[in-house]
This record gives sequence, C-alpha cells and structure tokens, in this order.
Amino acid sequence: MAKKKFVVGCFDEEAVLFPAVKKVRTAGYKIHDVYTPYAVHGLDHAIGLRETSLHTAGFIYGMTGTATALGGISWILTYDWPLNFGGKPHFALPAWIPITFELTVLFAAVGMTLTFCYLCQLAPFVKKHHFHPRATDDLFVMVIECTAKTNVDDLQGLLKSSGAVEVDVQVAEEGWWIGRYDKDEMPFENKTAVA
Amino acid sequence: MHLKYESQLREPLVYGEKTYHQVTEDIIRPIEVKPSKLWYIGFFISVALLTFGVYCIYRDVTYGIGQWNLNKTVGWGWDITNFVWWIGIGHAGTLISAILLLFRQGWRTGVNRAAEAMTIFAVICAGQFPIWHMGRVWLCFFIFPYPNTRGPVWINFNSPLLWDVFAISTYFTVSLLFWYSGLIPDLASVRDRAKTKLRKHLYGIVSFGWTGSTKHWQRHESLSLVLAGLATPLVLSVHTIVSFDFATSVIPGWHTTIFPPYFVAGAIFSGFAMVQSLLLVVRRVYGLQDYITIGHIEAMNKVIVLTGSIVGCAYLTELFMAWYSQNKYEGYAFFYSRANLFSPYGWAYYGMMACNVLSPQIFWFRKMRRNVTVTFFMSVLVNVGMWFERFVIIVTSIYRDYLPSSWSVYYRPTIFELGFYLGTFGLFFTCFFLFSKYFPVIAIAEIKHVLKTSGESYKDNMGKIEVQQPEEFAHEYAH
Repeated sequence: MAKKKFVVGCFDEEAVLFPAVKKVRTAGYKIHDVYTPYAVHGLDHAIGLRETSLHTAGFIYGMTGTATALGGISWILTYDWPLNFGGKPHFALPAWIPITFELTVLFAAVGMTLTFCYLCQLAPFVKKHHFHPRATDDLFVMVIECTAKTNVDDLQGLLKSSGAVEVDVQVAEEGWWIGRYDKDEMPFENKTAVA
Repeated sequence: MHLKYESQLREPLVYGEKTYHQVTEDIIRPIEVKPSKLWYIGFFISVALLTFGVYCIYRDVTYGIGQWNLNKTVGWGWDITNFVWWIGIGHAGTLISAILLLFRQGWRTGVNRAAEAMTIFAVICAGQFPIWHMGRVWLCFFIFPYPNTRGPVWINFNSPLLWDVFAISTYFTVSLLFWYSGLIPDLASVRDRAKTKLRKHLYGIVSFGWTGSTKHWQRHESLSLVLAGLATPLVLSVHTIVSFDFATSVIPGWHTTIFPPYFVAGAIFSGFAMVQSLLLVVRRVYGLQDYITIGHIEAMNKVIVLTGSIVGCAYLTELFMAWYSQNKYEGYAFFYSRANLFSPYGWAYYGMMACNVLSPQIFWFRKMRRNVTVTFFMSVLVNVGMWFERFVIIVTSIYRDYLPSSWSVYYRPTIFELGFYLGTFGLFFTCFFLFSKYFPVIAIAEIKHVLKTSGESYKDNMGKIEVQQPEEFAHEYAH
C-alpha cells in the first residue's frame, strides 16, 4: 500500500469534461481515473479503457448453471435413484427445461455480481480514498497520477484552462482498506508494535 | 457524443430547472429529515397488521393448518390465491427494470427503484404462503435437493411445484441483486453528503466503498445490461411456471394451455397497478412530482390497459374453448361454476370481469390516464380484480369435483386465514415504509443520466439541434 501524488481537476459539465479529457491525453498525461456521479457513456473509451469482459464471465457462469442442472438432474433421476413416475421415461428432458433455465440464470446473475464486486473491489466495510466528496453528487473528477517527470504546475494550468472548476494536488492511497467512513484513520498505518 | 438528441416533442422525464445537485438534494432529503406524522401512522398500522399476521402464523404452526377452513375438496383456498396474487404483483418491478431497460424506455428511470423494491417485498410475502402451508414448516428444507440420509431420496424434478421453488428463489435472488447493484451508487451519494457520524458509518458499509470510477461504471453498465437480459425471460418464466402448477393438472378449469401467457399478462397487469398505488402516494408524500411525472403515470396506465385487455381476451378465449371443446366437465367448470351469477361463487367471477376487463377500458381516454385520482382508484380496483381472478381459478375449479358426494360446503376462510393475508400486507408495507425512509426511492444516478436529454430545462437546448442539417448533426456528435 503505497501513497501516490495525484493532480485532481473537477468539472461540472459533461460537455466540458470530454474536450478536457482529450486535451489532457494529447498533452501526454495518463489519466488515472475519472470519477462521475453517473455512468457517462463514451467516457470509458475517451480515457482509453478497454471494453469490459464481464459479460463473457456471465456467459461462462450461465453455462456452468446449465451443466449443473442438466448433469445433476440426469444423474439423480436416471442413475442415483431412478423413480418411476407413472411409467414415464426416466430421462424426461422436456420436464427439466424449467429448472435448467432457472439455474442458468441464477448462476449467471450471482456469478456476475460477485465478479463485479471482486473486480471493482466492492464489499461492505471496504473504504477507499475519495478525491472529492461531490463526485457522487454533481462533479466529474479527473485524477491524474504524477510521475517523476510531471510538472504539477503545468498540469494544473492545463486543467484550469480546459474548464476545471476546482484544481488541487492530493497525496493519496490508491487501493482499498477495511475502514469506517466516519473515521479517517487507516489501520495499516502507524502500526507500532505493542511491546 | 455523450449528448443523445431527443426531440422537443417528447414530454420531459424530469420537470423543472434541475441541476445534478438538485436531483441529489430532492431525492435524498426525505432520508435526512425526520419522517412525517403520516409516515409514523402508516408504519404503525403496518406493524400492527404484521403482528396480527405473526400471531395467526403462530396459531397455524402450533395447531396445524386445520386452523384454516380448507377441506378435502377445497385443499387450496385463500392461501394459494394470495400466493399467486403476491407473486403477480412482484412482476412489475423486474419488468420495469429489465424489459424496459432492453427496450430503452427512458421513463423507467423515475419508477424503477421503487418498483424493484416492491417486487422484492411482494416476493417475500408470496413466499410465506407455500412455506407456512407446509404445516411442518421446520422441515421446509426438504424441498431443496441435497444428499440426505433418507436414501438419498431426491425431490421430483418433473413436478411443477418444484419448478416453482426454483423459479421463485431464482427470481428473488436475481431481483435482489439487480436492485442492490443499482442502489450502490445512490447509497454512496447518501454517504458522501451525510452529516451525522452514524449515517456516514452505516451508509459507508452498505455502499461497499463505491467511488464512481469510470471503469466501475463501465462494469456496472455491463452488469445491469446482462442482468436485464437474463431477467427478461426470467420474469416471463416465473409466472409461466406458477401457471404450470395448475395447467399441468387434469382439473377442469385448470387444464388449459392458455394459462402461461394469460398468467404473465395478469401478473404485469396487477404489478403495474400496485406500482401505481405506491408511487402515487410516494410522489405526493415526498414531493417528487417532478421525477414521477404525469407522463410516467400515463405510460404505466397504457401498460395497464394493454395487459388488462390481454387478460380479458384470455377470459373470453377460455369460455370459448370450454364451449368449443364440448367437454361437459369443462363446460360445467366454466358455465355453471364461473360464468353463472347464481352459482355459489358467481359473484367472484363477475367481480373479476368488472374490475379486470371492463374498468381498465377507461384508460383509452387520455384525460383519464393522466388523472391521478382516477388512476389511484383504478389501481386499487385492478388489484381487487386480480385477487378475484386467482380465487375464481382456484376455488371454483375444485369446490365441486367429479364426485358429488365430496362436494364441499361453502368454503369461506377463517379469521386466521384472513389474518395471515392481512399479515403479509403488514409485512409488505412495513418493508416499504422502511425502504422509503432509508433508501433513495428514485434511482438518482439514472435520473442524472437522462436529465441532459430529457430534463425540461435541457430540452430547450434541443431547439438549435432540431434546425440543424443531418450532416452537421452527424459531424458534431460523431466521436
């Protein structure tokens, strides 16, 4: 867990944000992230993110569900304990379609949601650094990580000239930790051994 | 680019000169202030009903379901009627959030959150009926397939009752995931503006550390879209499978192939009616008329008149098929037991026809669709009608079977059967009151998303786009 230095520019209009993103990227800076109050369509491509493959994971989970249902029911009703229901065939595939379908959906939905939470590192009691509290309200917060070569003043000027309403520099932890939102302490810091 | 063009001719989805901040403010304010007196009154009435329901269930478990007036002939009475009724109501939420998402219906954003919550609570209420009907409820885990010491004896995967178990538990899980994944960003909004420590801490826990990162939003969008794609056939499958409980039997009146589409239409019909009843109150109490507009109400009324007419068509088809088949048992079920005002349960059939088929036709008139009082009255009427429908299907089909000696005496519920039903109302409204107090009742992030194209004040900006040449437009908005 290392702290890094970031330059933060806040925008209040989607229409200003997009040209600003373009400008910052053409100037050669790498955008760490943009925090927005809602899903801004096209922003992911604008900051150069690749398409998510979450849906592929969903498909795999779904197929797992299908296989589980069909495999499980076939094994139970034809091999493990074949019951005679009015002389009907043991391998009664049409009657298994509803459960197969339900399990496909169930596996896909649960699997995808868990994967989503894992990829985004979302869980109860997880805390992250928030570059601006209004990022979930009405500000589009562009965060650029400073490297050794970054000229902070230049970058701040660039953000201001592209329409940022607030610009500042923050030293922050970029990962997540177990924490409470009403307290500022970071448990992994200042760990002094109790003798 | 980001700004999708929407014609000025379309009614705005959000009224007033709203900024993003105002949207947050308007929707979160009810969470941050003390609830009104009306909220407390409503909440205590709900809790009282719930308590009575719990008492009735205590009686059922202690003395057995002999507490209910069921008998050998009418083995399914109010209990299953109420189950199907609640499950039906639980269909609107996921329909609004999933099917309307796939159809790109912008108006869903105003109503989807509350409708999804309603779905979840309705499914919880529905689930109570089969669970407590088991009698020995402590053995209810027998319905799940698991390796056991009794053989292992497995459950019957060929039985529609088991399909129901899978369908409803899947539906509940998927709806819950869908609802909660949508809630996370909005709970983060509540957290980030919380003034008190406790609120910050609690909303910090439930918002899972959401930051609003672009990558997270991208995944979130993908997740909601795929969940919507999965939930769409799921919504249709759940009531289809509920209808299989009846349709796969050989009881005259149940044994009909029209049941699946007819039940699904009925479910959407009653679900939308319940959404109307709840949202008309919510928008009034929390002052959200700018977000849940008359346009939203009208759109839902259109769904009600459509599905109501489908249901009406199904009723008539059933009657026609009973006559056309020339099967005397079918004929007896439909023409003697149901469509006969002088039969013991004829009142229920005609009540159903009046509430479900005739009364929604009023919504062919635009003036009526846009009238809040009429809509509220109609929404209650539709749900009464849909209760009658389930009662008619269940009780009138079984109270007189093939053997006249086993015909039952007039079936009427006991106070405990009735109390159980009232108790689920208590449960439903207790949950809904708590939800409306502690959670944003409107999807904030989604409203902000449609605000720029469909907000009243932003529509004015569309004027200059409307006069543009297509080439100019394409040039300006291409990536």
